[in-house]
Amino acid sequence: MVAIPSRHRSLALLSGVLLAQVMLLAVQIKKDSRGRLIRVWAVSAASPFERSGAWGFGKVRGVWNHYFALQTTSRENEALRVENDALKLTISQLQSRAAEADRLAAILNFRQAHTAAPMLGARVIAVSAGTASRTIEIDRGERDGVTKNMGVITPDGAVGKVIAVYRDTSQVLLLTDKEGGAGAMLVNTRTQGPVGGTGDPTIVMKYVATEEEVQVGEKIVTSGMDKIFPRDIPVGTVVEVKPGNPFKQIRVQPAARLDRLETVIVLLSQAPVDFPSNAETQTGAQNSGSAVPAAEKP
Amino acid sequence: MMNETYELRTGETHIEVHKFFPGAILLVAVAALVLSSMMPVYVPKLNIIELPLLVTIYFGLSRRNPSTGLLLGMVIGLAQDALSGPTVPLGYYGIAKTVIGYLASSIGARLDTEHPAARFALIFGFVVLHQAILVLIRRLLLAQPEPWFNMHLAIAAGVNALVGTVLFLALDRLRRSS
Repeated sequence: MVAIPSRHRSLALLSGVLLAQVMLLAVQIKKDSRGRLIRVWAVSAASPFERSGAWGFGKVRGVWNHYFALQTTSRENEALRVENDALKLTISQLQSRAAEADRLAAILNFRQAHTAAPMLGARVIAVSAGTASRTIEIDRGERDGVTKNMGVITPDGAVGKVIAVYRDTSQVLLLTDKEGGAGAMLVNTRTQGPVGGTGDPTIVMKYVATEEEVQVGEKIVTSGMDKIFPRDIPVGTVVEVKPGNPFKQIRVQPAARLDRLETVIVLLSQAPVDFPSNAETQTGAQNSGSAVPAAEKP
Repeated sequence: MMNETYELRTGETHIEVHKFFPGAILLVAVAALVLSSMMPVYVPKLNIIELPLLVTIYFGLSRRNPSTGLLLGMVIGLAQDALSGPTVPLGYYGIAKTVIGYLASSIGARLDTEHPAARFALIFGFVVLHQAILVLIRRLLLAQPEPWFNMHLAIAAGVNALVGTVLFLALDRLRRSS
């Protein structure tokens, strides 16, 4: 056996370790095996710290906000008083408008519509460790009935899908990830096309023919064709349309705030979820309390 | 030699090799990985800080043993891969941090890297190199398009160099006195 000089030993080790990892990469790409066991170990080892960290951080933030960060309380009180007066006025206007009655009734019925669609509230406890992927980790897993490929939403719109499920936690692939996406359609023309991420905060809508009419500001909703999301869940708003051959280049601002997720809803079935119409979206978002998940954590 | 600080003799210079309290390296590495996945939940902009990379560089520069440095880089990188979700293949960060761990240890064994200015420059360079390796892996091994350079990288390198310089001063306290 050829002896390796000691000064070259670390270089040989470097080559060996790099080669092993390149082979590991190659195996994963070829067989699409994600080394599930090591991921289970890593996530299982890290999630208790993340859960306790999230709990501790919440407590510290609560103590800080309620007992120390009170410098602006007086100003906030004044602002709230003004806002309260404005809200009273708004309420009286709403009560006087008979035409608004149906819309208000629809908002009040929002939660009842949700009870027909089984869903689960979940707290975001971590995000992907690195900028290479856009995933979040939620505190719901197999024990709560979560399975792979379930849709995840917020009261504002679609968020992503469950891609890995562990005992007490799950990983969710966001729409903005390069491999993320959903079946979608334009609200006005009902033209269908998948939306997908590019790693940027915005997403793109693909395969919409050049001759199709698409306007900036047009809303996009899920088509239900991906068997992950039910139909008509808000996906986003068109912010840029460029001509292309043979397809348009359409950039979309996601409806949900994907960069600031703290609580999400996991859809446990494909049952339709009634979202407020476009005109009502903002009001619905303000009343997001009505979209409290139907299934609470035991 | 295993319990105390000792010196490497390279030509005329004497470079100190630092030892740490038992478990310090493991604890710091785990803390870096957990924090890097937790902090952006509350402050999204903090995902620009690459704590696992900073820890790899620090222990590489301090321990000055290329074998230890590359193995530590490999472990931290693979753990980061595992925590990054199934869309990141195992080995993506692993390869990059293995190389960084090796280079940091090799440079640490030849140069005095205790001065904050030297550390700032080294971290800046390592962040850029780390990103270059990631882009290389994306393009060559995963066949995915990825830009070589953008303004985000320059800002990230500067921010990480600044945070790393301060973090290294804090981590110096974990060293055993000779």
